[in-house]
Amino acid sequence: MDWTQYLNPLMLGAWVTIELTIYSTVFGAILAFAAGIGKLAHNPLIKAISIGYIEIFRGTSLLVQLFWLYFALPVAGQAIGIDLRLPPVAAGVLALSLNIGAYGAEVVRGAIQSVSKEQYEAARALNFTPRQALWRVALPQAIPEMMPPFGNLAIQNLKDTALVSLISLSDLAFRAEQLRNFTQDSTTIYTLALLMYFGLALVLTAMMKLLERFVGRWRAGAR
Amino acid sequence: MSDEPIIKFDKVVKRFGDLTVLNELDFEVKKGEKVSIIGPSGSGKSTVLRILMTLEDINGGVVTVGGEPLWHEKGPDGSLAPASETHLRKMRTQLGMVFQQFNLFPHMTVLRNITEAPVQVLGLSKQEAKQRGEELLELVGLADQAQKYPHQLSGGQQQRVGIARALAMRPNILLFDEPTSALDPELVGEVLNVIGKLAEEHDLTMLLVTHEMRFAREVSDRVCFFDQGRIREEGAPEDLFTDPNEERTREFLQAVLDN
Repeated sequence: MDWTQYLNPLMLGAWVTIELTIYSTVFGAILAFAAGIGKLAHNPLIKAISIGYIEIFRGTSLLVQLFWLYFALPVAGQAIGIDLRLPPVAAGVLALSLNIGAYGAEVVRGAIQSVSKEQYEAARALNFTPRQALWRVALPQAIPEMMPPFGNLAIQNLKDTALVSLISLSDLAFRAEQLRNFTQDSTTIYTLALLMYFGLALVLTAMMKLLERFVGRWRAGAR
Repeated sequence: MSDEPIIKFDKVVKRFGDLTVLNELDFEVKKGEKVSIIGPSGSGKSTVLRILMTLEDINGGVVTVGGEPLWHEKGPDGSLAPASETHLRKMRTQLGMVFQQFNLFPHMTVLRNITEAPVQVLGLSKQEAKQRGEELLELVGLADQAQKYPHQLSGGQQQRVGIARALAMRPNILLFDEPTSALDPELVGEVLNVIGKLAEEHDLTMLLVTHEMRFAREVSDRVCFFDQGRIREEGAPEDLFTDPNEERTREFLQAVLDN
């Protein structure tokens, strides 16, 4: 079989990988902001929930989380009479988002804390509420700081999507494995898969760079 | 100038750990008065302003602004309880502050720095806030810089934006915390000019912590010399600067004026 014949099935898989990456990165970012801000909250309950979430998902294996959501959760649901069966895409996106969200939360927290005390004092002197100070003053300065580590997390997330092939989602890794079983042409197929992951990572890096420039367009040396 | 004090410190104590910064300070400012606070570093000068701006709470005594306790709330029986955030927010509307390090918002344009709080906090329309902001930029001589970001301005220009930003909230009392100390010497004049212009306004009460003795002498109705958390000496600038009563004041003035 000629290598070009592998391209079509691999492209189909790559598209699934792209979708998983986009969904889980976006949901993960939302979770990261919620938990990162939550960890800094004065309300002890919100703080405890945020810390609990961050520590649990940082401290356990992504693969086990994925299996748990896909295989264990429905069984647990059955025991209490609720249908908790998730379609593979949902389980995959959920596990990846929860994971990247936990790591991202620490990035969000760190970036918010790096905003200087003087900025909060200026906000207070102008009678902003603490919430306005967070959204209007601190976050716009913190977000550009978050972009490089977020970029790393997004790349990490792209590569982690390969794990979902283990719950029968036909992503790039799954398609590659399928083709290899069929043709035994390991070298060609896995080389192609590697190149595709690498290409996707390059595109993702470029996108994150553009985003970084956009959110930090007010900074010195930005233009 | 009315005789009613708009600011009153009654035996105010402020401690940072073991260090007593304000030691039962008694201090009064009348409405419309322009008061300069001078003194060696660590004498509690800036702390007075920071307490008034509610950036620093107090450990003892009572601070009154406009007749109402600042860090306390009066209960129904007249007893004083620590102030709630709501009370502090209400009290803060009377005050504005200009910081030593300007503390402009780096992610906002100059105009946005000035309009953001009037829109978000006072609820002005964007149009009104913009108009007010442009007038204030005119006043501080920066009408042509409205769309720039703070980092594109010189220190003196940034501090003038800082003044405009504080004025946009229409405070009765304006606090200047060493407004020219972070500036290169050649940029001090432009900032002092703006402050001098404001000092001509009768209604505005001004408190100025400064090391610019000549300027303090020009604009103030009264000068207070702070030492070790108390006012060591106060008086009209011509008296205090030319013929201080206290030896400590004399030493301090000699030291700074020799520079």
